[in-house]
Amino acid sequence: MTDRYDVLLVGAGHNGLVCAHYLARAGRRVLVLEVRDEPGGCAATREFAPGYSVSACAQWLNQLHPDIIQDLALENSGLEWAARDLETISLDREGQHLTLLGDRVEGERVSREDREAYRVFHARTSKYVKLLRKAFEARAPKLVESNVTDRLNLLKLGLGLKLLGREGMSDLMRVILINMYDLMEESFDSAQLKALLSLDSLLGAHMGPRTPNTVFGYLYRRLGDSFGHHGPAVLKGGMGALGKAMAASARAAGVEIRTGERVTSIDLEAGRVCGVTLASGEQLRAPVVISNADPVTTFEKLVGYRNIETGVARRVSQIRFNSGTVKLHLALDRLPDFPGLSEQQLGQRLVIAPDMDYIESAFNAVKYREYSTAPVMDISIPSLHDRSLAPEEGHVLSAIIQFAPYAPNEGWEACRERYIEQLIACIADYAPDIGQRIVAAELLTPADLENDFGMTGGHWHHGELSMDQVLMMRPFPGATQYATPCDGLYLCGAGAHPGGGVMGLAGRNAAREILRRGDAA
Amino acid sequence: MSQRSDDTMMLTTPFHSRVAAACELNCWGSWKDYTTPNAYTDVELEYFAIRNAVGVFDLTPMNKYRIGGTDAEAYLNRLVTRNVGKIAVGRVGYTVWCDDAGQVMDDGTIFHLGENDYRLCAYARATDWLHWSAMGFDVTIHDESADIAALAVQGPTSCSALMAMGLRGVEEIKPFGLAHFDFDGQPLMISRTGFTGDLGYELWIAPEHAEALWDRLFDAGRDYMIKPFGMEALEMARIEAGFLQAGVDFMPAEDVVRRGRSRSPFELGLGWLVDFDKPLFNGRRALLREQTEGSRYRFAYLDVDGNKPAHNSFILFNGKQVGTVTSAAWCPTAKSNLALGQLKMPHGGVGEELVAEIYYQRELQWTKVLAPCRVIESPPFNPPRRRATPPDAC
Repeated sequence: MTDRYDVLLVGAGHNGLVCAHYLARAGRRVLVLEVRDEPGGCAATREFAPGYSVSACAQWLNQLHPDIIQDLALENSGLEWAARDLETISLDREGQHLTLLGDRVEGERVSREDREAYRVFHARTSKYVKLLRKAFEARAPKLVESNVTDRLNLLKLGLGLKLLGREGMSDLMRVILINMYDLMEESFDSAQLKALLSLDSLLGAHMGPRTPNTVFGYLYRRLGDSFGHHGPAVLKGGMGALGKAMAASARAAGVEIRTGERVTSIDLEAGRVCGVTLASGEQLRAPVVISNADPVTTFEKLVGYRNIETGVARRVSQIRFNSGTVKLHLALDRLPDFPGLSEQQLGQRLVIAPDMDYIESAFNAVKYREYSTAPVMDISIPSLHDRSLAPEEGHVLSAIIQFAPYAPNEGWEACRERYIEQLIACIADYAPDIGQRIVAAELLTPADLENDFGMTGGHWHHGELSMDQVLMMRPFPGATQYATPCDGLYLCGAGAHPGGGVMGLAGRNAAREILRRGDAA
Repeated sequence: MSQRSDDTMMLTTPFHSRVAAACELNCWGSWKDYTTPNAYTDVELEYFAIRNAVGVFDLTPMNKYRIGGTDAEAYLNRLVTRNVGKIAVGRVGYTVWCDDAGQVMDDGTIFHLGENDYRLCAYARATDWLHWSAMGFDVTIHDESADIAALAVQGPTSCSALMAMGLRGVEEIKPFGLAHFDFDGQPLMISRTGFTGDLGYELWIAPEHAEALWDRLFDAGRDYMIKPFGMEALEMARIEAGFLQAGVDFMPAEDVVRRGRSRSPFELGLGWLVDFDKPLFNGRRALLREQTEGSRYRFAYLDVDGNKPAHNSFILFNGKQVGTVTSAAWCPTAKSNLALGQLKMPHGGVGEELVAEIYYQRELQWTKVLAPCRVIESPPFNPPRRRATPPDAC
């Protein structure tokens, strides 16, 4: 029993570290407890074969908020960019690839009309993204029982909406709830372009292009643009380097981090949080506990449904957190040949998503707990920018792949190897020699991601990002503004507003809110 | 065992053949989709059977849930406001349960039948809420509403009538106690519970023996002036006894669609059922806050001058409306004109003098009466026989 800490923070994910840093800087004594051996959560690097390392979960940095880079002095804490502002290239079997950068789209098969239409589309959606940014940089306003701050935030949102002009406002209201498929059909001719933008709308989500909310998903992804990222970035040492830099920065601010410590329960006394219990049996006490874990893990596993009220348990159990996303890691003896792509181009973000129906068909499979045999992929070959990741001559390929279920009908163990072979065959359509290049392969299924990173369902947003689960409805009604129905217990992870992606806003907003309330004084 | 009758869409209870034969007025109502008599012969006579002899009421349509499993007590303690640990085996407890906002969802009784074995009787259907509440608990929940037939046997000669049936030992059951009997080789449970505020019992039996139970009871009760009674006589008796009726005196929180129309236990005069010593129960947080910040309403028993029941009346203070009446009746035994009211705080303190704005009509002529009334501490009908064990005259 100790009173040494003002705050116990469960989970040293990037949001947890950001939150801890701001609290420590404000004078709070913070202890972060992390089950993994390295801090960083999904910002992790993993040696999956001798000498070969990849970013184990998130593979691109494209949304990290600039204030956080600055406030945590990440660039002085070991964060080094290996490459920034990468292009996105949509692969074509005949080598007629399409390239996207900022508001420019290039490609032999892209018409002049489409190029111009994309420029206009980009400008129009950028305005919407700026508006979203306003909503996401502050806590989510409450609609009922709102106070002055909330009303001001709502007012600012309303004003922002108004400033879009009559046409912009009605267009945003029209598109925000519809699906990407319809929006793409009315905007462009190029099947490749439509598919590429659709893919961006549903990465990490359990959605196809025809699923409502995908336009919102697209705008959410584009937030990175408004934060000054003009394309994905790769870090020296992989995403784990970000975790390390954040941990170093937090430690420098006075945060204590204990790794390899599993929190088995968040403990309550008469409805108020009083501390946590570790797997070792050790009990730690503090007036404030912050959970960086997803809301389901937090309430079902750590607090326990029986220790919260029925309505809360019910809302937590209703959070949609199905994932259809897997990670594939390949160790290669040398760079594979992608016909039509130069080595410089191979270092960009490569995407397999030929057309929207292809994506929708890939999504169909996962609805029935099957993996898609023709999946969409978001591929990175980070070793082209960072030689530390692979042995000489060698390379690593990391791919985010959709869609595959959390629990396939036949069980992952029965089909894992077969699935890996199919995925490799799929890449071979664009890189015929890939099969001969492979030294080792690793597949992380949603179940593996859940296991490795403690994300329920393997969902990297800690719960689906859709209009029914954002703002004051995130993570669930009644637990908004980072506070929960258990006094003294707060959420600071992707499950809280504004959501996932390596952005850091959930952690920063949570710290601000806790300090504002003076709870950790 | 519930079954559809041949010619209506309504469900019928296992007593239906007997009930229908006795229901001379052929005056039926609907209670949770069961056809049930509003009155059998004459409401006043039925009421006086309850108060002066023995009345019988078919309460089979009541929602009954069987709760079992190793976490049954912990589960119920999280569900309801009072401490279930204090309801011993063989005892029954009246309680309410709330949503997270501390608003009453329903009131009902918990029967502690055995170790990890409870029956929850509820006004409203509660299957979904009970199952939502079960997450994280090792419990089983079984809706046994249709598996058990039940009769309320109420009134000063109720004990004698049951003894005349040969149910020896029934006189030893204390208020809110229960005991098990043998009825022609079939298990019969009897609890000393009821909704009339008088000496009374409730009989619980498997549906296939319902008719035999009815026949034997009415045979044995003949000398004790036994009579079946319907909803309307029950309504008079329960108002006289000051019991709240869900859906009438408060709206179950889950049924409310307009903001602010539900009520907390404190606002219904049921604060005594709230045990804050329990570390957690649904609504605890909100109710604690209500204790600090104050309630919006106060429940009050109103003794109204005159003999015109204050049905649906506005309650005035200095000419300003401060509340409404939810139930009202002229109470023949207590000889008082009682109303159950909801008053805006700070009104409703015991002794407060108020005015009930009563509208009534005689032969289509409407009259308005401004009847003085005062808040009384407890309902006027509360006979000692309700509590005596064994009851007098047994």
